This record gives sequence, structure tokens and C-alpha cells, in this order.
Amino acid sequence: MHDKTLTELAASLEAGEFTSRELTEHLLARIARLDGELNSFITVTPERALADADAADAARARGEAGPLTGLPVAIKDLFCTEGVLTTAGSKMLANFVSPYDATVVERLKAAGTVSLGKANLDEFAMGSSNENSAFGAVKNPWDASAVPGGSSGGSAAAVAAGLAPAAMGTDTGGSIRQPAAFCGITGLKPTYGRVSRWGIIAYASSLDQAGPMARTAEDCALLMNAIAGHDHRDSTSVARGVPDYTEELGAPLAGLKIGLPVEHFGDGLDPAVEAAVREAVAVYESLGATVREVSLPHTHYAIPAYYVIAPAEASSNLSRYDGVRFGHRCKAPSDLIDLYKRSRAEGFGEEVKRRILIGTHTLSEGFFDAYYKKAQQVRRLIRQDFLDAFEEVDVLMGPASPTPAFDLGAKKDPVSMYLQDIYTIAVNLAGIPGVSVPAGFVKGRPVGLQILGTHFAEQRLLNVAHQYQQATDWHLRRPELAEETT
Amino acid sequence: MQWETVIGLEVHVQLATQSKIFSGASTAFGAEPNTQACAVDLGLPGVLPVLNEQAVAMAVQFGLAIHAEIPEVSIFDRKNYFYPDLPKGYQTSQMYHPIVGPGEVEITLEDGSSKRIRVHHAHLEEDAGKSLHESFSDGMGHGMTGIDLNRAGTPLLEIVSEPDMRSAKEAAAYLKAIHSIVTYLGISDGNMAEGSMRCDVNVSVRPVGQAEFGTRAEVKNVNSFRFVERAIEFEVERQIELIEDGGKVVQETRLYDPERDETRSMRTKEEANDYRYFPCPDLLPVVLDGAYVDHLREILPELPDEKRARFQAELGLSAYDAGVLAASREMAEYFEEVKDTCGDAKQAANWVMGELAGALNREGLPVQDSPVSARQLGELVGRVLDDTINGKAAKQVFQALWNGQGQSADEVIEAKGLKQVTDSGAIEAMIDQVIADSPAQVAQYRDAEPDKRGKMIGYFVGQVMKASRGTANPQQVNALLKEKLDALC
Repeated sequence: MHDKTLTELAASLEAGEFTSRELTEHLLARIARLDGELNSFITVTPERALADADAADAARARGEAGPLTGLPVAIKDLFCTEGVLTTAGSKMLANFVSPYDATVVERLKAAGTVSLGKANLDEFAMGSSNENSAFGAVKNPWDASAVPGGSSGGSAAAVAAGLAPAAMGTDTGGSIRQPAAFCGITGLKPTYGRVSRWGIIAYASSLDQAGPMARTAEDCALLMNAIAGHDHRDSTSVARGVPDYTEELGAPLAGLKIGLPVEHFGDGLDPAVEAAVREAVAVYESLGATVREVSLPHTHYAIPAYYVIAPAEASSNLSRYDGVRFGHRCKAPSDLIDLYKRSRAEGFGEEVKRRILIGTHTLSEGFFDAYYKKAQQVRRLIRQDFLDAFEEVDVLMGPASPTPAFDLGAKKDPVSMYLQDIYTIAVNLAGIPGVSVPAGFVKGRPVGLQILGTHFAEQRLLNVAHQYQQATDWHLRRPELAEETT
Repeated sequence: MQWETVIGLEVHVQLATQSKIFSGASTAFGAEPNTQACAVDLGLPGVLPVLNEQAVAMAVQFGLAIHAEIPEVSIFDRKNYFYPDLPKGYQTSQMYHPIVGPGEVEITLEDGSSKRIRVHHAHLEEDAGKSLHESFSDGMGHGMTGIDLNRAGTPLLEIVSEPDMRSAKEAAAYLKAIHSIVTYLGISDGNMAEGSMRCDVNVSVRPVGQAEFGTRAEVKNVNSFRFVERAIEFEVERQIELIEDGGKVVQETRLYDPERDETRSMRTKEEANDYRYFPCPDLLPVVLDGAYVDHLREILPELPDEKRARFQAELGLSAYDAGVLAASREMAEYFEEVKDTCGDAKQAANWVMGELAGALNREGLPVQDSPVSARQLGELVGRVLDDTINGKAAKQVFQALWNGQGQSADEVIEAKGLKQVTDSGAIEAMIDQVIADSPAQVAQYRDAEPDKRGKMIGYFVGQVMKASRGTANPQQVNALLKEKLDALC
């Protein structure tokens, strides 16, 4: 069962081949057996999952099943889930049980999905390897010595290992696309404002966006149908009609204009990754697309601008973790300042503290104009680069990451870790959507092709990805541990 | 040396919205601690603010009322600092692009002169919660602090003046003018005792004639008209004394202690926080289109200045009377109902400012809590105007209504038999009796010079009124007495 895509599982459930309960029990058994090593979940919720599954089976028996009814999903532990531990991968929230559901969680419930549990992640979504989790690193299902990517590393690993057919992730600088690439699955970062942020523990509010992670673009489209749309509780969510994301999946690609940003094929790109990506582009040409080079001239400013804006917002967003009302509180504080200092010093990990410090510094009097203001100006230029490119071409393609998954513990220096996100980070600054699809392997580790479109072009992106998946089978490859029959 | 005082005020007005500025929780005052704070007010992980449109409309109405510029775009910023009653670790406020631009407020001083005070801007922000230091302890002698977040997220309009005031009296008059505008607009209950209006006062002194401002001290959280005056007076005296003794005023934040009637240093400029303001990424810029602002302008109620002018021009009231009656919306509404009921503005003004205001003052009641309703008072004044009762009896009726003895003036007049006697036969009979009972006074009257007799008639009037238990028509009594006494001369 765990070999099937979400779309195939939906058909099997509908055909009565097995029930949602049987499917859920099977996955829970796999999690119990395999996840001790993989560590892709922080919290597994078997009782809830089985109750959800039974409810889904009952709904189906009444003839009330929708397209997602009874389909299990894993939820990145950054989404608040009512009555369930919601940790953000941090010791700070190791005891936090959310009293409410995030909009995405609420919508997935309403669509009849089965929640298996909460997936591991880099603490507060800050990281590119999932090594920053207070609950331990996650292993890459393709190679236990490699990282799964981050920050949605648990979500990506769970899907790749066949522990969940789909998962919810969030992407602030590449946190859906890069782990999807590292784990050989498909992950979509929607347009900023397309999916509600209500109930997603904030890292950098102007960049955070939730999206689906699954085996195929078609599966992502199904999930988008459930989660996308305006939410009055999120002022930055856009009041704009939601299309049926599966509707255009059959459209032919003849005449599609593909742009290859020269800046995404420059120094630092692993030649083997480049070769895989160029091969994928050749597949598109064979499908009738035309290809040309374009330039995104401000690309090299994206990482510096991001590491001003994101930490600035994070330093403010994370101020609420002060030991007063919820979360970690130090033992026997001597006074208020001691309570603040020790609660935060003990509760936050290294990388989170680093970003809080950076953000606090860049917002300080005398530095604000030089850093934050300048970064916002750069952000506008970066956005304009993309808008200009989309005047010329329909989509942009390139590698999701300069290398395949690197070894656990390989990146000790934070800056070399930050450079991992060189192709993904500008996308968040511009607010446009992007998808990563499996496009080959380098030394047994998956390579991801990143496809970018203009604002609200998710329908087109998903079809472009889908057509590629009709012509190739990279997305169907399974790591060894997912190929077991039980 | 002669000193000049320079004062600027930051007035925090709690807006009378149903729910909080960024959440759906209620803003009602006085609920059990932490019962009116939802997930957003508590700053739980993952929550997001949604701007309350009512708060925006109220802020814009205030701007229109002070003839301010209303910028097309305003932006919310985060003011970052740690405090236990600040759940998110930042206050959402407006630093760089406030909702209300420069405007002005006219104040009237006790001598009847007026002055314009410029308003620099007004911005929207959320209130913090409250720290409760009293009555918390772990039972082992360790003090504890309780946090009540009911107030967290209550919408505030902070109105920042230019340093245009030159005395404590001007500052108090300005604060009263702001109070009067916000209560007229109905955008705040203006209740200072419950903290609906709070004020930070910036005070400095400089030698008369000097152009530059002196170093200022900011006095925080002054919460009554009287305390504003007292705090300024204390602060001015302190600063002058300090300078004259060779010292220097330091820029600092001070706290006014009403119990000891003094200000005390809280923190100096060096200890001030760096608030790290930046635009709140969870809220979109507020864009106000012209039609929306025009609509709010159209539905603005009559404001204190306009009402005062109308009371003078149309009702013929004196500047002083018009000013007193227009000072609060409740007083003005009460007066207008009395006037409409009795039909005579001047009489209505006399009664409202005389008998009513006196009674309210004695009992310390605001006009909206008056036991005598405007309609009752209007009817009472009407009975004086139509000669049903005389002025003296009217005061008795007022007192009876005040004490709850009767539903209407007519009912009290009937019950107490206060209806004025205008039957000249009855009055003549009483006069004849008084003349017969006062031979000595009659003799004095007769012997007096004719031009002195006018004064002497008072005695006889008094006797007749007494005999009638105050119900005889005094004009009739006067005329008939004169006639009869003069006939004896």
C-alpha cells in the first residue's frame, strides 16, 4: 500500500480494495518499525489517526467521501494542532499543546484526511539539513549518512520512506523544495498569500508559506485543492478565487517557453547536478517546449537580503517565547530578567539564537537603514528580476540545490549551510511559487529540478511538473527501505 | 529670572470598539482577570492579527474632527521590548506612517480667551495587559506578580501634540478639549478613572525670550485633569529650582505619584529601550480611499466648537453659557432636550447651569446619572413659563423630583398644591388680612416719603406669600398691594 501515490490510494479506497483503517494501520506499523532510525516524526498520534480513519471509512460508507477522504498525511510540527504537542522542533515548545488548529490542519481535517502525526523539522524552521532539531537529526531514506534537507526534513523523509503518502511542509527560503529534492519527492511552495499562515508558528512572516509534499505533482494538486484559499484570520492571505489545481494537468506543453537563469548554473553548482537538470530540460524540449537563457541580475544579493529580513522578523516573532505564559521556563528564576535570560538561553538552540542576534542587531537604532531598509530595497529589485523574466518566458527551470544531499555533520560553518539555499531563497523574497520534482540521482542521492512561475501560476507549474512525470519515472524510484513489501 | 513653561501632551484614548484592535475578544471593562483574552491576545504560537475596521473609522473621525490631514496610507509597526504584560514581546503601533496627520485643537481658557494647539499626529496601537503587584504571594513571604491580559489588545488612539502649551491650565484645557471631542464623537467613553484616557506630559522650562527649548522630562501615566495640572506644577517648580541652584535638567521619564503629589525619576535617556521598530509583516498597509473618508466626514456629529457657536448665534446664549453647556456631549444633549421641551433656551440654560448643576455637584453625579431627567426638567421650566407655578415653588418641585417624589412636575405640583394662585379675589382677601394684621407697618408705610415706599412693600409681599404657602403669583401680589396700600395713604 505504501508504494502507491495519493491519487492511487484514493482510487483503491474508492474501489474498496482496502479501507482507510487498514491503510492507516499499515503506515503506523511501518512508522513504529522504521522511524526509530529515521526520526522523521516528533509525535505520532495513532489513536487520532485510527479515529480519523474510521470516520473516513464511515463517511465513505455513507457515500460522502471526497477526493482526500481517508488519505493519511504527516504534518510538519510547525502547524498548530489542537490537543497535540506542537513543538516547532524546539526545546522551547517541548511541552506546548496547542489549544487550536492551524487553518491548513482544519482544512485537511474537513477534507477527511487522516493525520498520522507531527513531522520533525529544523528548530523554528531555521535550517537546511534538519540537524537543528531539538528532537534529533532526521536521516535521508536514500542514504542514512545523508541529511534529508530542511527545514521540512521530517516531512520529506516520511514521504520518501513510505511512512506517509503525503505531508505538509512550510517554505521560508527553500524549506519545502530543498528537502523534496534531497529526498526525491515532489514539493510545492505556493505563492505568498495563497495558503493561510494562521496557526503556523512564525519564522519570518513575510516569507513563510505552507505547501504540499508528496510523490507526484498530481498529488500536490489534490492537496492544494484542500488547503489553498483566502482566510479572514490571515490578513496577508489573498482574497482570490481558487482554481481546481487538477484541472489543467492534461494540457500539452507544446509552445511552453522555458527560461534558464544563467545565475542558477554558475559557480558552486555540482556538475553532476547540472547534467541531470540539463537532461530534464532536454525532456521538456522533446515535449515541445522552447528553451532560452534569461538573467536574474540581482540573484547574488538574495542570500544577504534574506539573512537580514528573515532574522529581523524572526527576532521579533520569537520574542513571545519568554517563559511567562507557555513553553520552557527555567527553574527557580531569581528575578524577571533572570527568568527571561535563562528561559531563552535554555530553550533555544544555537542556530535560532544566532538568527535572533542577527535580527536584533540589524533592527537596532543606527543600523536599521543600512541593513533592513536596504534589504527591502534589494528585495524589490529581486522581485522585479522575476517579473521581467516572466515577460519573456512562462517558467524558469534550474537545480533546486547546488548539490545532492550532503552528509550529516558535513556543514559546520553556518554560511556554507546558508549557501545551500542559493537557488530557492530569492523565490520567497519575490513571493512567487516554485516546485521541485525528482530529476535523477548523483551517487545514489536524488537531484531536484526546480520549476518557477509567476504569482498564482500554481496550476501551470503543477502541469509542467506533471507532464515531466508522465515522460520520466524518477519520481517513482524508491529507496530500499520503502520497497519492502510490508 | 522669569521662566516660561513649555508643555506637550501625549494622550492615549481607549477607543470604544466592541472587540479588540487585532482580535475578536471583547473590550468590556471589569471582567474577571484573563477571561477576555483570546489566543491572539495571549500571543500564542501561530496566531495572527486582523485589524478591527471600527478602530480605523474611529481614528479617522477623530482626525476629521481636528481638521487633520488623513494620509491615504498608514502602516503598523512593531515596537519591540520585553515585559510580562506584553504577551508577544512587541506592541503593534504606528511609528512612521500614522493614520492621522497634523491637525489642531482649539482650547478655551478661564478668562474666555482661546488658543490653538497643534496636534503633530495621532496613531493607532494596541494596549498592553496589566501587572498586578498587590495581593499575590506564595505564602512564604515571596512577592509574586499577577498578569491580567484582559486589556491586552484594546485599541488606543495616541494623540501627540506639538509643544504648544505654556501653562498647566492650558494643558488641562487641552486635555478637556480632547476629552470633549472624543466623547462627542462617541469613539471613547473618556472615563479617566477606568483608564480610558491616560496622558504622558512632556515638560520643560526656559528663560522668557529664549528661542530654544529646555531639556524636557516626560511624566508618565497621569490619569486625571487635576493630576495633569498638579504634575506640571510640581515638575515646573522642580526644574526651575534645579536650574537656579546651578543644576541641569536631565532628559528622563518620571512618574507622578498623586498620593505624595510629586514626580519621581523612572529611567534616564541612557537607560531607554531601543524599540527596534519595523513594519509589522502580518498586517497590510491601511489604504483609505477618498470616498470612505468623505463618508466618515458626512456622518460626523456636531462637534463642541460648532455646538458652542450655534448656542450663541441661534439660541442667544452668552459665550460663557454656551461654552459650559457645549463642553460635554451629555450636558449639551441634556440642555437641548430641556430647551426643546420648555421652548425657552435662556430659561433652560439658567435651570441646567443653576439648579441642576448645583445639585449634580453636591452629589458628585455626572449629568447622565441625574435623577431628574431632561424631559422632567423641561416640563418643570414650562410650568414656570406658563405661570402655573412661580419660581419659588419650582425649586420645591425640582427638589421633589430629585428625591424621586413623583414622576412629573405636574404630579408634584398637584400633590403638593403648589399651583400658583392667580385669582385676584383670593389674593385680595389675603392682602386685606395682612394689612389688618400689620397696623404698625402700615403706619410706617403711610408716614414714609413716597420714594421710600417701594422698598417697604417687600415686607407685605413676604407676608402674603407666606400666607399663600408660596403659591400666590408674586407679580399680582405686588401690584395689588401697591394699589391697596397707596389707597390708605
